[in-house]
Amino acid sequence: MNEPTFHHRQNKNGLLVDRIRRDGLEKTIRLLSGLISLVLIIGVSVSPRVSGQPQVRDDLSADIQIPPPPFTDGIFPCMDCHADMETNPERRALEDFHDDIVLKHDEENRWCMDCHDAENRDMLHSASGKPISFTESYKLCGQCHGPKLRDWKAGIHGRRTGSWNGQKEYLLCAHCHNPHSPEFKKIKPEAPPLKPGEIR
Amino acid sequence: MNFIRFIKESVHIVIHGSRKYYAWLAFLLVLIIWGAVGYIAQLNNGLLVTNMRDNISWAFYIGNFTFLVGVAAAAIMLVIPAYVYNWKPIKEVVIFGELLAISAIIMCMLFVLVDIGNPLRLWHIIPLIGKVNIPSSLLAWDSVVLTLYFILNLVVVTYLLYKQYHRKEYNKSVLTPLVLLSIPLAIGIHTVTAFLFNGFAGRPYWNSALLAPKFLASAFCSGPAVLIILFQILKKTTTFEIKDEAIWKIAELMAYAMFINLFFFGSEVFKEIYSNTEHLVHLKYVFMGVKGNNDIVLYGWLSIIFSVVAFLLFLIPATRKNVITLNIGAVLIWFGVFMEKGITLITPGFTPDVLGQIYIYRPSMTEIRVSVAIFAIGFLIFTLLTKIAIAIVYENFNIDTLGGRRK
Amino acid sequence: MSGIKTILSPIKIGRRSFLKAAAVTGSIAALGACGSKADRDAFFQKNFRDMSKDEIARVIERLEKDYSETYGRPFSVSTAGPLPETNFGYALDISRCIGCRRCVYGCVEENNQSRDPQVHWIQVLEMEKEKGVDFLHSNLYYDHDEVPHEGHFYLPVACQQCRNAPCVKACPVDATWAEEDGIIVVDYDWCIGCRSCMAACPYGARHFNWGKVTIPEGEVNPASHYLGNRPRIKGVVEKCTFCIQRVREGLYPKCVEVCPVGARKFGNLLDKDGEIRYILENKRVLVLREELNTQPKFFYFYG
Repeated sequence: MNEPTFHHRQNKNGLLVDRIRRDGLEKTIRLLSGLISLVLIIGVSVSPRVSGQPQVRDDLSADIQIPPPPFTDGIFPCMDCHADMETNPERRALEDFHDDIVLKHDEENRWCMDCHDAENRDMLHSASGKPISFTESYKLCGQCHGPKLRDWKAGIHGRRTGSWNGQKEYLLCAHCHNPHSPEFKKIKPEAPPLKPGEIR
Repeated sequence: MNFIRFIKESVHIVIHGSRKYYAWLAFLLVLIIWGAVGYIAQLNNGLLVTNMRDNISWAFYIGNFTFLVGVAAAAIMLVIPAYVYNWKPIKEVVIFGELLAISAIIMCMLFVLVDIGNPLRLWHIIPLIGKVNIPSSLLAWDSVVLTLYFILNLVVVTYLLYKQYHRKEYNKSVLTPLVLLSIPLAIGIHTVTAFLFNGFAGRPYWNSALLAPKFLASAFCSGPAVLIILFQILKKTTTFEIKDEAIWKIAELMAYAMFINLFFFGSEVFKEIYSNTEHLVHLKYVFMGVKGNNDIVLYGWLSIIFSVVAFLLFLIPATRKNVITLNIGAVLIWFGVFMEKGITLITPGFTPDVLGQIYIYRPSMTEIRVSVAIFAIGFLIFTLLTKIAIAIVYENFNIDTLGGRRK
Repeated sequence: MSGIKTILSPIKIGRRSFLKAAAVTGSIAALGACGSKADRDAFFQKNFRDMSKDEIARVIERLEKDYSETYGRPFSVSTAGPLPETNFGYALDISRCIGCRRCVYGCVEENNQSRDPQVHWIQVLEMEKEKGVDFLHSNLYYDHDEVPHEGHFYLPVACQQCRNAPCVKACPVDATWAEEDGIIVVDYDWCIGCRSCMAACPYGARHFNWGKVTIPEGEVNPASHYLGNRPRIKGVVEKCTFCIQRVREGLYPKCVEVCPVGARKFGNLLDKDGEIRYILENKRVLVLREELNTQPKFFYFYG
């Protein structure tokens, strides 16, 4: 996985929090700002467990950054190619393009247009047909994987980096799971430790 | 300034002796130098030159330490029967017991010294000067009680010898309380040392309430075993008088102590085998080996066999009263308890380690050298102190003589 | 012997310092004769918790200078204290971990563990799914081409930051303690290297520097904390500090950052909206060796 560049999704409050944190280099101020930011974080965060909160964009806490989706180089926007092509909804073996895709994701019941939007190929769509941006693909995944989405939003499922008490970075589902074949791929482990007898 | 003269003349005594005596000293000195060179390498390279590792972080050094705490404690516990049965040479028993205790404690301290990673920081553990974690840390307690015990024994024995040197009777009202105090302290050092291991809830092999009682029982065998042999030597070479009955009595008491030790051991074995929890693995390691690792099995069985044989030798009056079988018994006990404490107590507690990993430890050459050197230092100190004591008690070395010879 | 005078004369000699000086005369004589002032300062350095602000500042100055010279780059040794209202907790998703050991080596680099002799703060145990959490049948030295290995799961173990820590109790010289934010730390300059804490720890989380610490040139992490990842000397015990140098600056511990599967979670136990509290309230959680009442702040869960 190449290191993605992060684009910031912050509202005003998020920046304020950030600024207070930055300013709080001196100990006493840091103490105070820690408290303030804590209050603010709680104030602006929309916990998935709390319903009826005002909608913050994409329904995640303001302190959260998500890197862009892990597209293959040069493949996006899709409409560069697809704009002039007719949609073929038939299940078939892909030959001319995208033939590297192996669908192992409920492949009995699923085909491209179940997730990719036929009208606007630069978007995905939900089961109900509502368009979903690639940057918010978790909304699509979460339709089936509800508990996982809930855990992900809470920061429990998936890697979370950054600051435990401030700005956090989430990864999209697709950063770790190939959406067409989502099982996590095996990797080579690092070297085992030396046995005690080998430490000389 | 009589004390300085006392010291001077004592030095004179220890540097004069027979050819055999010099040979013995030379032998010990060679061992000490041999080990000291090893220790210097350890200081330079760290404890890497030992075979201890994170899995087995205490081993041969601490095993020897534990064994010797037992010797130190038991030497004084012999005073109890001496009082109870009112043996004739009670003063002598006390003197030689204390000398043994002093030598053993010096060895104990040396074993701790060589085991720690930063000997220069040892001052951190001195009360008032460093920062001692009392009452929480058992090792802190151990260092305190060992030091107290050392000082107490040193004071008592010096007082006794110094008085006799001045051909004066010792003051009973001074001495008796001190000797009586040394008895609970003797029990204390061994109990605290047992608690040191006993208190680790994560190490089931040690985390048994029987550990301290077992320590005391086995110590009551190993300490007197040395003294039994010493008394016979003294009897042959000096005017030291001890009734055979007294020695037999010591042997009989040792038989009882060994019985209690074996009974405690049996109780532990029953508990582990019958309940058959995962804690059984440590016992298995000692007597059967685990996953093909049976390095220690020989010592496990030898220590039991030695102890049982010695128990029988000391239990049966005929063998107890026979000089040869008596001495065989004493030697068997010494080695039986040494193997139990020095070899099959410490490392099996770490094998397998808390994460279930097995590392087979054997002491490295450095550990053996350093340990041999410390035992040599102990024997050297005991030899020198005993020589002074013999001179004062039996060879009429006193304030009016010089080095035991008439002026 | 002039060394003794120079040490003692400018200071008001209290009973403590007098005793201290008296007790170690031999060593002082040696140090006074051949040691530098820095050596003497190091020898007499107090327990971290007994030092005044000025003393700490002097020690830090000396350490930074030493480390900078040794490793040939600017070195910082922080003494940042605990953040208010903070008690750190950690959670590890057993169903997620694949045993890739990225955390092990990420930790080694972040925390300046000795490469030779090798010190690893994190031990990743491979266990059989059939047997469950069973240390006796676990394998620390697995070496597969790919992980996770069929039929196995992985249990990484490091310091559990116990609330009732047996290691702290065992230390004879108070060289290890629990900070206000719950991190168990070691004062490497006070530790005598007796290894009582290692015998006491039921998690094998404490590690001893059996030999001289070596860190290859260029791999040292110069952003260090006095109680954390500053380079150690031989003969002292060390352990995981939740990356004290990072977490007190608000960052996640290194192992959390490098875990490719996101199995590692970290946060403030006092933050009821934090990750750890969410896990405790919503997941099946276990702690290792619960029966020992060590009360770890390191939780394992099934995500």
